[in-house]
Amino acid sequence: MSLDPATVRRIARLARIGIDESDLQSLQGELNGILGWVEQLNEVDVEGGSPMVGTGHAALRTREDVVTDGNCREAVLSNAPDAVGPFYTVPKVVE
Amino acid sequence: MSLTELTIADAAAGLRKRAFSAVELVRAHTDAIGALNPRLNAYITPTSDAALEAAAHADAALARDEAKPLTGIPLGIKDLFCTTGVRTTAASNILKNFVPPYESTVTANLLRDGAVFVGKTNLDEFAMGSANITSAFGPVENPWKRKGEADTVLVPGGSSGGSAAAVAAGLAMGATGTDTGGSIRQPAAYCGIVGLKPTYGRCSRFGTIAYASSLDQAGPMARSVRDCAIMLQSMAGFDPRDSTSVDRDVPDYSAAIGRSLKGLKVGIPREYRAEGLSAEIGAAWQQGIEWLRAAGCEIVDVSLPHTKYGLATYYIVAPAECSSNLARYDGLRFGERVEGQTLDAMYEATRRAGFGPEVRRRIMMGTYVLSAGYYDAYYLKAQKVRTLIRRDFTECFQQVDVLLTPTAPTPAFAQGEQSDDPVQMYLNDIFTVPASMAGMPAMSVPVGLGDTGLPLGLQLIGRPFDEETLLAAGSALESAAGFTHRPAIRAEGAK
Repeated sequence: MSLDPATVRRIARLARIGIDESDLQSLQGELNGILGWVEQLNEVDVEGGSPMVGTGHAALRTREDVVTDGNCREAVLSNAPDAVGPFYTVPKVVE
Repeated sequence: MSLTELTIADAAAGLRKRAFSAVELVRAHTDAIGALNPRLNAYITPTSDAALEAAAHADAALARDEAKPLTGIPLGIKDLFCTTGVRTTAASNILKNFVPPYESTVTANLLRDGAVFVGKTNLDEFAMGSANITSAFGPVENPWKRKGEADTVLVPGGSSGGSAAAVAAGLAMGATGTDTGGSIRQPAAYCGIVGLKPTYGRCSRFGTIAYASSLDQAGPMARSVRDCAIMLQSMAGFDPRDSTSVDRDVPDYSAAIGRSLKGLKVGIPREYRAEGLSAEIGAAWQQGIEWLRAAGCEIVDVSLPHTKYGLATYYIVAPAECSSNLARYDGLRFGERVEGQTLDAMYEATRRAGFGPEVRRRIMMGTYVLSAGYYDAYYLKAQKVRTLIRRDFTECFQQVDVLLTPTAPTPAFAQGEQSDDPVQMYLNDIFTVPASMAGMPAMSVPVGLGDTGLPLGLQLIGRPFDEETLLAAGSALESAAGFTHRPAIRAEGAK
């Protein structure tokens, strides 16, 4: 499996990471290097095996469906790069 | 002895005997940070004033005979743990001004037990790295030097490189680390200290900035096995705010120190005699085997057949989880923002500027292996291989009680010495990743110096929730090795 420049651009777009042409070539080489290296997993026979989901040490817990947190609007907003009153701001999304 | 050379256990005793005050003890460390941190860069944010204030409170508690296990003990905190009101950066530009309004459970537990935080330690950006060279706040210098090479700057390992360098150099008595694929154990080995990655679920992940959630685990780093036991005692425990935290009693870890090893079965996995293992580390491993045999252990050759696939599996699973976890850095709710004309343009500019190259690479790798059409071939396949890696350990632990391996294939290397090839850098974690993939507890203990005068570490891997056996066997290695070497750059005599 080898990634072409268009695929690298598509991945960057999916990841919402801006890249420019100068990044493209080195990223393509590095990602292909890593993907080529992980190809070694093709040697492993996993037929009929199940994927590991969690380490099996903890069972999921349930609790009463009640509010346990909240009323901390100022704390929640305290690190917003651009808050106006009790709101986060975003660029205009509707023309 | 200088206050910056004491163990936590001895310092706690000294404080109770009034041999020195907490203010004196903490000031020795904050002075050392002032003197050496400009060079070592082990701390991103020293918190000396707050530490001295906390030390005064510790002295008051001592005067009232209300001392707790860590009262007055100066610790470094990896800058991945959220600390209320103290900037927490994850060594990333995207969080360079982030001030958490809440405290991580692990640091809250340490504060409950009286610890004094002297600063937030440097790390690889978002804990992604094995040399502490990806930090947005600059690399950390390993305080150790190769024989006759005073000017060569060595890496401290990573990602908890600032914590390891700080503890080794006497800029903290102990420090917190986090370990996803070796980030406590490998820097501990490179800096000649002890580092313990507990069982997945033993320490709460609440308030620890996430990298790969199914692997991330907090643990102690200190200059003795006993000090790690003391710190783990405070750090461990059930936390309802972490759904993977395990509700299980925390045993008395210090009681395991010095426990008899008679009849303990120690497995030596043949797959760890891998290509690239340096002769000096092979020799240290053999010496460790002999020491444990002399302590009454039975040595058993074992096999973990999927060892060689651990790293490749890790570099699918960890990036996949990181791409998901780091999606939260969107420039809206917290962190830095770079403006754009549209919402997407803002996201892309923010994340391009906020993340360094290694983080961007891992996010993209993870995005790809989770994307439509590739999920089964990469992510699902890796999770199936992970099942086999865990099964190897589970089967091994039916025959033996603990495993002994090297921690890393080489001693610390120099900045710029490893190539720019990311895969070459990943190979530093070849011996630490498998235990992480399986969720097993593991510890690195310094056992000697190699040919170039650098510390070498051995790794013990235990059964789930059997940190006590690690501590028992680790203390036996520690006593046999009598490792009292100190790095070239250290607080004692710095002024």
